[in-house]
Amino acid sequence: MLEFLNGLAAANPEVPGVLLRVAGMLAFGALVVFVFILPVAGITSWVERRVWARIQSRIGPNRVGPGGFLQWLADGLKNLLKEDVIPQAVDEPLFRIAPYLVVAGFVAAFVAIPFGGSLIIADLNIGILYITAITSLVVVGILMAGWSSNNKWSMLGGIRSATQIISYEIPLGLTIFPVVLVSGTLSTQGITAAQGWAPHTWHMFHNPFLLVSFLLFFVCALAEGNRTPFDLPEAESELVAGFATEYSGMRSLLFFLAEWGNLYVIGALVATLFMGGWQVPRFTDDPTLLAVAQFFTIFLKAYFWVFVAMWVRATLPRIRIDQLMALCWKYLVPMALLNTLGTAFFMVLFPEGSLVVRIALVAVVLAIIFVFARRVRFHLARARGLGYGAV
Amino acid sequence: MSPYLFYPLACLTIAGALGVVLNNNPVRSALSLVATLFLLAVYYIALQAHLVAALQIIVYAGAVMVLFLFVITLLNLSPDPADRTSPLFGAAALGSALLLAVVLGRALWATTLPGAANTPLPEGFGTTVVLARQLFSEYLVAFELTSILLLVAVVGAVVLAKRDPSPADMDAPAPGREA
Repeated sequence: MLEFLNGLAAANPEVPGVLLRVAGMLAFGALVVFVFILPVAGITSWVERRVWARIQSRIGPNRVGPGGFLQWLADGLKNLLKEDVIPQAVDEPLFRIAPYLVVAGFVAAFVAIPFGGSLIIADLNIGILYITAITSLVVVGILMAGWSSNNKWSMLGGIRSATQIISYEIPLGLTIFPVVLVSGTLSTQGITAAQGWAPHTWHMFHNPFLLVSFLLFFVCALAEGNRTPFDLPEAESELVAGFATEYSGMRSLLFFLAEWGNLYVIGALVATLFMGGWQVPRFTDDPTLLAVAQFFTIFLKAYFWVFVAMWVRATLPRIRIDQLMALCWKYLVPMALLNTLGTAFFMVLFPEGSLVVRIALVAVVLAIIFVFARRVRFHLARARGLGYGAV
Repeated sequence: MSPYLFYPLACLTIAGALGVVLNNNPVRSALSLVATLFLLAVYYIALQAHLVAALQIIVYAGAVMVLFLFVITLLNLSPDPADRTSPLFGAAALGSALLLAVVLGRALWATTLPGAANTPLPEGFGTTVVLARQLFSEYLVAFELTSILLLVAVVGAVVLAKRDPSPADMDAPAPGREA
């Protein structure tokens, strides 16, 4: 991307290079936002509602388009056309800016998220650190929304969210450490390049500590994204809609857009850090075909975790605020620290990694999946026997 | 650093900094500070110090400022009434501002900035590897002393926050046990 712009700048010396580069970046950013981020976030909203409906034996949105697929467009259009209500007692400028900050925070994370070997907006040498840094804009936005709404529910929601996000940032960062130790770089492309396409070369199977890190990372990422079971900031049964209570129309939709888009960020990070990212076997020499295969590989891996997040949301109840804090500080932080030390220890023992350990870990995970699948099959068969024919 | 980047950035940063001092609403003031700290990170990026920029955002604009905002919103401070300040207070503020301006002006006058000569950057400048090597070799003592200082601060905060249970506190269920 940057090479292309540099070439363009060299061809037009009369235009200041920096302006050209800024314009090019803006154009490319807008392209990524409109072609990828918005549709993915929107379609995720439809998928999420359909998945919950299926899990809860309902139907879900099925009127707009085939299977309700265009529901997200209809909702977006509806919210755009709605009146933009600004309540009288709010702090107006802050109230107006807050949703944009939340959206900017999650969109900016896409800069360093790889879509393929050559498909990345900017391969920063601090990649993963940049993502954890820039997403802190979201906290500022949420806190701003909570405070400026001048409403006690919003306020409580904003404060809960800030507490939660800054607490879970610590174990989240600590679970990234082992990955950085193993791959020796902070760049997201470098981390992917340190893994291979075969499962046993993924970072999550490098050593037992990294496998635990992988699970901790997913839990912390759910908490960072304010997802159930950690969705206390917008706990409907306690806080109306939390920090988004006073918002209506498109501004309120922007908060939800950020939440759904964030799901993809979580999935893509899990895939990049622990599951080999876009790595595919080199089956062809055609770079375009390879790029397409890489894109679909990371997209499917990421979307699998998006699906797991929906599944978790449909099955687990919300936890209490003191449980939330206890979980973070008494369990996740010490465990994450232990993982960092354990990985360092393992790397001293086996500087080149150990194939035996890798294969053993893959076998353990396969065994867990096998046992789980058998349980699911058993319960499905039992449900059929009890007369739930449609299940 | 390109002038096309520098001047707009400088204007924005100054506007943010002015917002911190001129807003009499504490939350707006704190939010202006967040904006200023974010913009400072942009300078670091433009100066090739990417790691420092990320740390600036994580530590200052992220953690520290969110705690600031947190405390301010919890206390729910009302806007500062402007007429509360006595003329003495104003005079003292003006005096210290002038003093600071004199000191800074003298310091700037006496300094020649070596970076202004557009010297090429050393190999790997600002990357994590180079910075970490410096931190863990040349500045190791300072680094370790800082971590001890932070540890003392954490222990101190815990001691201060954890009061002896008074009879009133004994009635309340211990956290995590009410279920």
